[in-house]
Amino acid sequence: MSASAVIFYLIAAFILGAGLLAVTSRKIFRSAIWLLFSLVGIAALYFWMQVEFIAAVQIVVYVGGIVVLIIFSIFLTQQSGKEMPAPPVKRKIFSLLAAVFGIALIYNLINGYRFIEQPARPFSAAVSEIGTQMLSTSEHGYILPFEVVSMLLLAAMIGCIVIAMKNKENIISEIPGDKIIVK
Amino acid sequence: MNGIPLTHIIFLSTALFFIGMYGLFTRRNMITMLMAIELMLNSVNINFVAFNKYLYPDKLDGIFFTLFIITIAAAEAAVAIAIIINLYRSHRSIDVEDATEMKF
Repeated sequence: MSASAVIFYLIAAFILGAGLLAVTSRKIFRSAIWLLFSLVGIAALYFWMQVEFIAAVQIVVYVGGIVVLIIFSIFLTQQSGKEMPAPPVKRKIFSLLAAVFGIALIYNLINGYRFIEQPARPFSAAVSEIGTQMLSTSEHGYILPFEVVSMLLLAAMIGCIVIAMKNKENIISEIPGDKIIVK
Repeated sequence: MNGIPLTHIIFLSTALFFIGMYGLFTRRNMITMLMAIELMLNSVNINFVAFNKYLYPDKLDGIFFTLFIITIAAAEAAVAIAIIINLYRSHRSIDVEDATEMKF
């Protein structure tokens, strides 16, 4: 086994182990940290596949953005350190069965399918090529999805602000036991 | 190429997807369910990049799909967390069993 293969299996074991701990850990903060390790492992897998730009985007957006957002929301809504209640045994067993049968089904499908790999041609995903094709207006350009997704981001930003905005009357009336403060 | 067949990478992403699915089924806390969804989205991204690298090395479409999925996942996480925080303000809980007003 070559060094590259050993590195791949190490990264795979790291991703799966951290992911498994992220969905089974009883403490929500630890769960978020395991998710962070799993995402870093996926970024390492992208580096191993030599798509450095995607790996950088993965680290910046997921590790730097989404996980930090999740940790902030944990601090806002939970007492960290408190253990979550364990799921009922029945639900655990059936979820496990669903996952195992799903994996077995996909494993059979993939084993039966013959992929035609093309190892002769080298794969290059330089940032300049990605940028040129993404902003090109020709037939294989991605300028239209690029613009549409920018509108989506704008809409999501405004939507977040509107949803999370404090509405004074609602807040005062909906919290039982609080004194009404009128400014 | 690297000595690793494509199928092994797909097995990895399959396993990650079903780990995320297990988390989504067993957890009842909205933030942990969101984390499980992020794991599933990431396993899909691994598939896109691996197929692009191994089967169509002269094209870049898989990479663009991955980039757009990452963007949409970020927007989705932001909106979901805004909704969760708003729900916490009105219900004092982010357990899905406690938010049943819209249940049919």
